[in-house]
Amino acid sequence: MFVLLVAVVVGASIGPAGPPAWRVPLELINRLPLISLDSGVSSTEWNLIWQIRMPRVVLAGLVGAMLSTAGAAYQGVFRNPLIDPYLLGVAAGAGLGATIIFTVNRVGTSSWIVDPLPLTAFVGGLGAVALTYLVGTAFGANRSSATLVLAGVAVTSLATALQTFILQRNTDVVRQVYSWILGRLSSATWSDVRLVIPYVILSLGALLIHRRLLDVLRVGDDEAKALGVNVDRVRLIVVLAATLGTAAVVAVSGLIGFVGIIVPHAVRLVAGASYRVVLPVSLVAGAAFLILADIPGRILDNPAETPIGVVTAFLGAPFFLLILRTKQVAE
Amino acid sequence: MTSLKIKSLSVKYGRHEAVRDFEENVRPGEWLCLIGPNGAGKSSVLRAIVGLAPHTGSVTIDDTPVKSRSVRRRAQLVAYVPQVPLLPDSMTVHEYVLLGRNPYVLGFSNESREDFMMVEEVLRRLDLVGYSRRELSSLSGGERQRVVIARALAQEAPLLLLDEPTSALDIGHQQQALELVDRMRREHGLTVVSAMHDLTLAGLYSDRLSLMHQGVVVASGPAESVLKADTLAEFYGVSATVHTDGDGTVVVIPKRSDTARGS
Repeated sequence: MFVLLVAVVVGASIGPAGPPAWRVPLELINRLPLISLDSGVSSTEWNLIWQIRMPRVVLAGLVGAMLSTAGAAYQGVFRNPLIDPYLLGVAAGAGLGATIIFTVNRVGTSSWIVDPLPLTAFVGGLGAVALTYLVGTAFGANRSSATLVLAGVAVTSLATALQTFILQRNTDVVRQVYSWILGRLSSATWSDVRLVIPYVILSLGALLIHRRLLDVLRVGDDEAKALGVNVDRVRLIVVLAATLGTAAVVAVSGLIGFVGIIVPHAVRLVAGASYRVVLPVSLVAGAAFLILADIPGRILDNPAETPIGVVTAFLGAPFFLLILRTKQVAE
Repeated sequence: MTSLKIKSLSVKYGRHEAVRDFEENVRPGEWLCLIGPNGAGKSSVLRAIVGLAPHTGSVTIDDTPVKSRSVRRRAQLVAYVPQVPLLPDSMTVHEYVLLGRNPYVLGFSNESREDFMMVEEVLRRLDLVGYSRRELSSLSGGERQRVVIARALAQEAPLLLLDEPTSALDIGHQQQALELVDRMRREHGLTVVSAMHDLTLAGLYSDRLSLMHQGVVVASGPAESVLKADTLAEFYGVSATVHTDGDGTVVVIPKRSDTARGS
């Protein structure tokens, strides 16, 4: 919790423009009720902090918390530590939805009353997972989790193929789609935050109350059933909740990879593998991680932004290999 | 104590019929042992009782059909130890045994004080107190088996199903594990149904044997009536001598063929 607080303050303090970084924490304290303190931050500068940096920090926190918790939950229900929240096709479906919107509306979406980009990405992501579930349960007579994962792979390939097909015919939007796929928090506003917050809270709540049952699932479907768990129902609810939250954050932030794998794993290394601990700690650690990971992107090649997806992949890929290695050594 | 009645139980996996018209009446406190060659349907019977195998026919515990009970209630009545239990590497012994309390935890709440006390109690009875913080992956085969039995006992179910409880153990640990089950059965009045490969041990510990072959029960009764050389030859295709000790223990000894012995 303390780390998260520090991350929020640091995230709000650092940026290419605005007041010196050390003044911002003072001003934040000043804004707390009952405390008055002269930080030397002007009201224009405060506007910049509150309207540009804060929503970005809050959104990064929400996205990080959601992806990490969803990742841990997916790893629990599928009993596979290398699974990420994009497994069942959320990412590819959202990508396809975004591609379609960029293609249909090349002039940009600013003239629309409602920004259709998050909406289509959200619908695309949910649609892909629904398709995965339909295919996975229709053909897998025994409804094993393996069939579901394979169906996810098939649906992902299909959505990616469709997306490539559309991009081939509309090469002018490739750049826009590509930068969306890499993930972006730079244009975050309070309305983005308001858009995702209900889904994130609903989803995180549903996942957290299942944390004890996720521990029972660790002994396998059969034994969990024999211990009185309605395995199919738990898996369905957890997958639905994790997917809903993931689709919502993907819709506003694009695809930010590896967070859903590295955060739960780092948590396991430190706090043990029980989901009662892993889920809540991943939530907090994921929020802190993504807020901090968002900072290098702002200053690395100023004034341009390094997409946050690149930063997390840069940190995530080596970490992923490290996990694989330690697992092999352990075996 | 709990009775178990099974009527015309059939288990089908697709077109393959693993068990056909299985009938059984297990008395309260009895230990029934299912024996038979690989693929005879022993595991399928156990899995059907606990609701894991698709089946027709009826399974009745204490005169109430299992199907009419919720999964949670069934788990309070039947504890099941599979042939190869899945032991998550980084789970501790205490966490694992605590899973046995799941049928008593309501909804999304947590285990109560009583649940934790029950786990302490089981760990103490099975001499596992010193192991409680150990991770499952660090245990030996015998210790693992004891921990799995501990989880089943923490479930406080009056009916205990054991699928090959000793197949991975050496002769000493086999005896230890079965002694433990036998002691718990006497102390808690458990009814036990197990599937076993070792015929001598099966006869030694159980009250009654049921010999299965290709999904059908072909012989049932006390050890001395089921474990006969000609019966074993017919259904296992084994050539063995059966010897009865002075105390009534039936011992099955496989014979080496004469041609092999001559060479």
